[in-house]
Amino acid sequence: MIGEGVRDLLRRDGRADRVVPPTGFTAQLTLFVSGAMAFLAVFALALSLAAGRLAERWASELAGAATLRINAPVEQLAAQTETALVVLRQTPGVASARVLTAEEQVALLSPWFGPDLPLDTLPVPQLIEITEGDPGLDAVGLRLRLGAEVPGAVLDDHSRWREPLVTAANSLRRLGWVSILLIGGATAAMITLAANASLAANAQIVEVLRQVGAKDRFIVGAFVRRFTFRAFFGAVVGTLLGMSGVLLLPEVSEEGGFLTGLGFQGIGWLSPALIPLLGACVAFVATWSAARRKLKELS
Amino acid sequence: MIELEDVSYSYGGGELLSDVSLQLQPGSFHFLTGPSGAGKTTLLKLCYGALLPNSGRLSAFGEDISSLDRDQMALLRRRIGIVHQDCRFLDHMTVAENVALPLTVSGSTAETEQENLTELLNWVGLGSRLQALPPELSGGERQRAALARAVILSPDLVLADEPTGNVDWEMSQRLLHLLIELNRMGKTILIATHDLGLIRAAKSQVQARVLRISHRQLQLAGADL
Repeated sequence: MIGEGVRDLLRRDGRADRVVPPTGFTAQLTLFVSGAMAFLAVFALALSLAAGRLAERWASELAGAATLRINAPVEQLAAQTETALVVLRQTPGVASARVLTAEEQVALLSPWFGPDLPLDTLPVPQLIEITEGDPGLDAVGLRLRLGAEVPGAVLDDHSRWREPLVTAANSLRRLGWVSILLIGGATAAMITLAANASLAANAQIVEVLRQVGAKDRFIVGAFVRRFTFRAFFGAVVGTLLGMSGVLLLPEVSEEGGFLTGLGFQGIGWLSPALIPLLGACVAFVATWSAARRKLKELS
Repeated sequence: MIELEDVSYSYGGGELLSDVSLQLQPGSFHFLTGPSGAGKTTLLKLCYGALLPNSGRLSAFGEDISSLDRDQMALLRRRIGIVHQDCRFLDHMTVAENVALPLTVSGSTAETEQENLTELLNWVGLGSRLQALPPELSGGERQRAALARAVILSPDLVLADEPTGNVDWEMSQRLLHLLIELNRMGKTILIATHDLGLIRAAKSQVQARVLRISHRQLQLAGADL
């Protein structure tokens, strides 16, 4: 019912559309505003989607793994490592547990101590890499058991690192969505102002139309079509420009960290296509309510 | 057709019309006269619902005008042709489009309308000015175009507010002649004017009644005019 009404209102009618003067300052303003807003919306959308991806990646990459560190005097290290491995093998939720070799530990430490680290002369703890299986690891239970059998063992399930990163990425994503909402609201406000200005500038036309027997629907339709299509075309141009901007952002790279992950991936490239549609919807509702309000003032 | 019963109307300042009663019979020809500011335009506006009376009853085509919603009011205006002194065209549209505006807004798209339109414009003598824009027309041409627009939907009633205010004597005779022709076709005509010469000229051709507004009252003027 409502859908039909909207379709009816939007149906192009050459003769009816001629009723509103074709050019005017508001026309350019509407095009510019909807274009600029669509451009910004593309970036906000890219930010939200990228932040969402980042949050998921950090959560899943770090969630599947844990590390067991064994701090013990050198003579007990091998024995405690052995005991810990036995405990781990018996623990449900541990898919595999692997003792890191001396070379791997050197590689991990070298960024901090330099490549020439004489590892064998230092009391470096032994690391055991744990891959979680399904169901996940019961970290609390494991810690209790290790505490009893391997006094030097410290279990790190990475949640310490994970949580702030995921929280940050999620806030970034929320910020992106809030921006999109604000952009939509600002577009609605500006189109309402433009529609009001246009209705005021064309007040005499509206009066003549009422005099010759035009129903409100006819008059509202002529203005709504004008602004909806204008906002749509402005938003198409703005979206295309915004997407070109996103395309020009650097590729994802190791060195660039998460900043280079901004942009769209796969099916995400289709999401900006929604921006002109949403822009047109916003313009439709804004113009429709502005015109209804204005017409109520006339006899 | 239009019936006013003890209608009063006041602007913020004070009462402009009080206890006005009037019946416009189908096919009648009325002049409405009175000094400037007496309320001629206001009375016409009351007749087509642009203003609502403060008190009294006003019905058009048997329906109480104050009970109509906005859409019904629009439908009512399609049955009443209105000619203003200042014409009020859409200046960015051609004369032909302006005259056809009532057809456009009523959603009529019939091909035969085009033929009617041409015929109508020939009747008012604007057959050669179809593609002109309203600002390019002379005063007389504008009035005739306004008249054509007022009658294109074949209304039962034509209201004209000072239609000859901006044109010379010859042109006013021509307009009057068109209005008399419309009356002979059965249309009810109500013309507000302060041009007594026009009224005298009409009286020799049509049985016209003259209404005069004075001191907020509507009176039927005598035959002495």
